[in-house]
Amino acid sequence: MTARRALTAVPVLLAVTLGVFALAAASPFDPVRAYAGTAGLTASQENLDQLRHNLGADQPLLTHWWHWLTGALTGDLGDSTSLRAPVSQVIGERLGWSVLLCAPAFALAMTAGTLLGVLAARRRGSPLDRAITATAYALEAAPPYWLGLLAVWLGALKLGVLPAGGLTDTGSDLATPGQIARHLALPALVLAVSQLPWFVLYVRQGVGDALEEDPVRGARARGLRERTVLYRHALRSGLLPVLTLIGSRVPELITGALLVETVFSWPGIAAATVQAATGVDFPLLAALTVLATAAVLAGNLLSDLLYGLADPRVGFDG
Amino acid sequence: MTSRSIRRAVATALAATTALTAAACAAPNEGRGSSKPTDSAVVGIAYEPETLSPLLGYGKDGNSKIFDGLLTHDAGMHLKPALAAALPKVTDGGTTYTYTLRPGVTFSDGKPFTADDVVFTYDTILDEKTNNASKAELDALDTVEKKDDRTVVFHLKYPYAPFAERTVLPIAPRHLAGRQDVNTGPFTTHPVGTGPYVLTNWSKGEKLTFTANPHYWGGTPKVKHLTMAIIKDDDIRATRLRSGDLDGAILPPELAATFKTDNNRTTLAARTFDYRNVTLPSANPVTGDRAVRRALDLAVDRQAMVDGILSGAGKPAYGPVPTDSPWFAKGTERPHDLGKAQRLLDDAGWKKGPDGIRAKNGQRASFTLWYLSGDKLRQEHALAFASDAKKAGIEAKVESGTWEAIEPNMKQDAVLAGGGSPADPDFDQYLLLHSSLAGDGFNNMSRYANKTVDDQLVTARRTDDHTARKAAYDTIQRELAEDPAYTFLTHVDHLYVVDNRWKDLTTQVEPHDHGLASGPWWNAEDWQPAK
Repeated sequence: MTARRALTAVPVLLAVTLGVFALAAASPFDPVRAYAGTAGLTASQENLDQLRHNLGADQPLLTHWWHWLTGALTGDLGDSTSLRAPVSQVIGERLGWSVLLCAPAFALAMTAGTLLGVLAARRRGSPLDRAITATAYALEAAPPYWLGLLAVWLGALKLGVLPAGGLTDTGSDLATPGQIARHLALPALVLAVSQLPWFVLYVRQGVGDALEEDPVRGARARGLRERTVLYRHALRSGLLPVLTLIGSRVPELITGALLVETVFSWPGIAAATVQAATGVDFPLLAALTVLATAAVLAGNLLSDLLYGLADPRVGFDG
Repeated sequence: MTSRSIRRAVATALAATTALTAAACAAPNEGRGSSKPTDSAVVGIAYEPETLSPLLGYGKDGNSKIFDGLLTHDAGMHLKPALAAALPKVTDGGTTYTYTLRPGVTFSDGKPFTADDVVFTYDTILDEKTNNASKAELDALDTVEKKDDRTVVFHLKYPYAPFAERTVLPIAPRHLAGRQDVNTGPFTTHPVGTGPYVLTNWSKGEKLTFTANPHYWGGTPKVKHLTMAIIKDDDIRATRLRSGDLDGAILPPELAATFKTDNNRTTLAARTFDYRNVTLPSANPVTGDRAVRRALDLAVDRQAMVDGILSGAGKPAYGPVPTDSPWFAKGTERPHDLGKAQRLLDDAGWKKGPDGIRAKNGQRASFTLWYLSGDKLRQEHALAFASDAKKAGIEAKVESGTWEAIEPNMKQDAVLAGGGSPADPDFDQYLLLHSSLAGDGFNNMSRYANKTVDDQLVTARRTDDHTARKAAYDTIQRELAEDPAYTFLTHVDHLYVVDNRWKDLTTQVEPHDHGLASGPWWNAEDWQPAK
């Protein structure tokens, strides 16, 4: 299944990149205006026309795309116009920091979400359940951007325990693991909290339903201990939907990271995505879209594989 | 998944979470307090440069920290020598500029600076393959010639009095920048110059860090480490300033006001040439009418805009030149006079209709006014203008959009525009007012054509006699009072909040753009600790 899915990813990726080029070409934003910035407001028309030619922005859509695609296949991703550097360099410099931010945030959201979800599901309707569920709904509605501002205010200003932004101490150039960990804490926490409610609510629903199913009630009737019932029976089927959720949360994680990186001046890839989009930076935008699409496809594949492993009734080729 | 493996996974996750939290809490509280080293400064800036290559336009107005130009500005914006040993010798009726270079200057990589680097820099910027959007600023330049290792001669196409002001642009090293792709090579992000600071790291989206150049020809700076943190969000910048993370930051008026009662920080207001105006397209039957233009000029309450929109941090503007500049023509101030505006319109045949809006020969006194969406300052100016105009019986329908949406409408619709360049009056006024540039890109957006103004603009740029230039610009300003090309509203101060750890900080007169090195850090190399 893995190989076949990987193969079907190729036309999807092709279509997505063509779509990016088509959308960017149809957008009212002008790459030359974006490139020139404020200097464009005093530049002569002749100067702007020359820039348009140099940037290749006067090429037709398909030529432009084909040019990019053939280059990309030979390993040349082109040059980012908004960041004035080769695309591969831009991605190389930033991708690692985004992964460093997203991975712990996702792991934290998943584990804490599962834990809280199970706690809530065990006594549905209890004060604890209501507290957890209400908080989850409230967090679901809170934009990550706002959570970020709140975290900066609380962590950096009121308590003064954690730095408010950046990768390392603002005045220092040394990137020690300890410093990075300290700077990672707030943004990762905010990103985790913004993802948390989905896991909490899914787990609560899944495990709660499983607890009311016949096999579980049967097990209870047979006098098995509550713990055994929970672990052996309810969790097993109750956690299955969560596996699907893991894959489908990937796009949300990417958009969440985008806002969190902006708030915390985190030098990741998401901040570059914003710049690429507003700067109509075709080469960078296309490369980033391929990356994001690949991440989403891989996320879905992963959750399907996990699902199959966890529940033998699900066939891999079904 | 078995119950045991689940239990183990949960236990591991819990342990990891606890460890992470513990690490976070146990970390020492470094960012705060007064124990900061006296030789390093951290400032918060709102914009990140795309490039640090002068060949692509970085630092073209001077003050680049990493680089020097042939000339530079002092605190009063007067030109003084930098990489040149003296101000240039101007000959051949203002078309030849000869610079003698300062001896013994090296780039921060140890290589000597010579005339070749100067010629390389200017030639590369003028090359049509170089993606430099500001190259039109060197329009007057024909060729650059190396006479010997220490002498460079600029030949101009026409006599251009303010040309020396353009030679503040930074000089790039030929031995590095000449060997790579000028548009995307590593030099665009890892520059090497002759300036007071050496770039040690540029973590894009986060910060730029500089260390003092020990071999700087102007003497080693006292501030050894300079960090510019890139914080796009205004609120976050204010928060990080408050938390002690930053020594200074640029802030919008309403956030700067929250530091008024802070005894540890001072607010500096930089005077500027940064104006906001309304374009009056000549093709529009309403804004093209001279009576309407004059009436609008009198109907707008500039002082109310300064007090209300800018919280007092600014000045009423009657033209591109601010009222406190030596180039300002005294007596051209137009006080708010709604009654006179009404009379002007009545006399010109614009009669009030039943809805309060005037009309003349079936033409309603109504036009569209665009402002850049998301720009709060421009939005407030646009709304205030529309409300003032309405009192005189002229309707301005306010709409917002991006430049891409605005541009196709600029010919017939008004735009809330901004600009300003303090170095020389020619830089602003020629582009704003000369009829040959009507509708050329964003130049002369009003498509203004006035014979007297055209003539005076050319006279002013061709003579370097200061009295003659002042007379020409005075004439232009008086002509603009009679026949306004735009409705100028305000000159906007730029506000910086800075920690009192540093003494005697100053600002220069600033342009519309916020460069990396505007604000009190224009001379960070000269900063002194307060204690």
